[in-house]
Amino acid sequence: MGGDRVAMKKILLMGNPNNGKSVVFNRLTGANVIISNYPGTTVDFIQGKIWIDEKEMRVIDVPGTYSLDAGDKAEEVAVKTLKGGDIVVNVVDATNLEKGLNLTVQLIKNKKPMIVALNFWDETKHKGIAIDFKKLEEILGVPCVPICAVTGEGIKELTERLKEAKISNFSYEGKEKWHVIGDIIDQVQELSHHHHTFMERLGDISTTPVFGIPLALVILFLTFKIIRFIGEGLIGYVFEPVFEKLWTPLLLKLSAILGSDGFIHDILIGKLIKGEIDYGQSFGLLTTGLFVPIGAVLPYVFAFYIMLAVLEDCGYLPRLAVLVDGLMHRLGIHGLAIIPMMLGLGCNVPGILSTRILATRKERFIAATLLSIAVPCAALQAMIVGLMGGHIVYGLSIVYGTLFVVWIILGLLMAHMVSGTSPEIFIEIPPYRRPYLTDLLKKTWIRLKWFIKEAIPFVLLGVFIVNILYTLGIIQFIGKYTAPVISGIFGLPKEAIGALLVGFLRKDVAVGMLAPLALNLKQLIIASVVLTMYFPCIATFSILIKELGFIDMLKSLAIMIVSVLVVGGILNLIL
Amino acid sequence: MNERVSLADMKSGQNGRIVQIDSRVGMTCRLDVLGLRIGKKIKKVSRQLMRGPVIVSHGNTRAAVGFGMAQRIWVEIE
Repeated sequence: MGGDRVAMKKILLMGNPNNGKSVVFNRLTGANVIISNYPGTTVDFIQGKIWIDEKEMRVIDVPGTYSLDAGDKAEEVAVKTLKGGDIVVNVVDATNLEKGLNLTVQLIKNKKPMIVALNFWDETKHKGIAIDFKKLEEILGVPCVPICAVTGEGIKELTERLKEAKISNFSYEGKEKWHVIGDIIDQVQELSHHHHTFMERLGDISTTPVFGIPLALVILFLTFKIIRFIGEGLIGYVFEPVFEKLWTPLLLKLSAILGSDGFIHDILIGKLIKGEIDYGQSFGLLTTGLFVPIGAVLPYVFAFYIMLAVLEDCGYLPRLAVLVDGLMHRLGIHGLAIIPMMLGLGCNVPGILSTRILATRKERFIAATLLSIAVPCAALQAMIVGLMGGHIVYGLSIVYGTLFVVWIILGLLMAHMVSGTSPEIFIEIPPYRRPYLTDLLKKTWIRLKWFIKEAIPFVLLGVFIVNILYTLGIIQFIGKYTAPVISGIFGLPKEAIGALLVGFLRKDVAVGMLAPLALNLKQLIIASVVLTMYFPCIATFSILIKELGFIDMLKSLAIMIVSVLVVGGILNLIL
Repeated sequence: MNERVSLADMKSGQNGRIVQIDSRVGMTCRLDVLGLRIGKKIKKVSRQLMRGPVIVSHGNTRAAVGFGMAQRIWVEIE
């Protein structure tokens, strides 16, 4: 059996970005995979398994590429992976044959057994495109199968014909490439006139400033409305009742067993507030430690990721990138950096990881620094919303307004001061497509799983350490010596130091610690801004080191500390 | 002889043919993969504020080209 494993064949799924390749992968393997409408997310390739003639084979979803020679990161990965593959399944967008064949003819030169899957076959009919796939098969000398991955049509035939994959003996001169592709297209494709569909028109006008900018504002507004609606709904109707009706009685019993007091009781349950458990203030591992990540934050994170997945999969994000590019280019990054920023609103860690889609060191440094300073994650935002209580509109407008101004000013400064280049945007704008529900849910689930795995242990650790530090009097000690900064510059009570220290572990827990301090509105606003901007949480911090390197991380940190002192001080003066 | 302008100066909705690309290193290669090359018929779909990117289409492909790049792509209006 061991021998079989070594010999397990590798099937490589290769094709352009935005051509539904990941849906094909899901159809073939049924495995977990992240798919996206923008280049970059699948740079770490994803594997699954498939059984052909009772033999197990490995399927690898290779990052989408337009060519094998233009030399970006995705292409490097693709070329490397190609060398180790046994069979290539080349997914081609049938509505865009020229672009797809550009890669196909390059793949052919690598002399691997190959099969071509013509995806979006159903769309060709609406778009007045007729492709003679049998003729294409004849010319290329490899099997060509029309499929529609979203509905699953043609997938069965594709798997059946996998064993017919063969090395093509089609040959051409490198410099004749476009002529050759043009010739093939002339022979196999016929275009009939078609009226632009509503979706195509909408796709085009949503990149015009006059229509696109108002549309973007409406879409973003609705997105955040829906996120709040889903988040609050889940908290109010599901999570709070579950905690209060089911979990609280158990904890009260445990509390009684532990004698309602003592060290173990304080660590596990925390302080009882008027004999009751208060999930916001008790601060035990089993009370606040579980409630903050699960009861208060998870519903918002879920809502955020599902909406982000919808925007990604329907093809809206690249359009948003185009609309904001003029502004972003002045900040030394280009429009595509909107993707790390949006991801960062969920959690800074995936946000910073996705700065890899930017080409130069300068862009990645600026994007990662802006993210960790001025983009609050969903966990932090959820807690800030809770903290503002009756002053949501006023409080949040100042917090978000300040962060936005900081984001712009820091960007403008870094664009001039950071050395290196910021290349211009050059991206494909995919057509609008209806998101595929299974993929939406899978993608959201993968991201959520990541949150649960990473966040909950850190929250518990944070709560645990806070309890220990309080018991040992360390927080009170540090508070005494940092009071000049905390109260002098930020105008916060010195007890807030506890929250600032914990903020390094988890920002949501830190905001939770502000609740019992009875801060006034001005202090709440300053504390929220300061907590967002200063030191990233430990998870973000470790990713910053990994992505930027130690020296650049220190630079980023220096910028962070200077900005938080300046901004916190200014807010304290003017509010 | 048809009017010849840069892609940046072309008006939205106009059709034309790419006749010259004043390329920097690597730029032609990048343009090439999305089908933007000399001889190609294209349509300018839209432009953005603040010298933002230009959207061009040909067939079913749409691409966003940065303003500076668009200034170096020359088009004969048709």
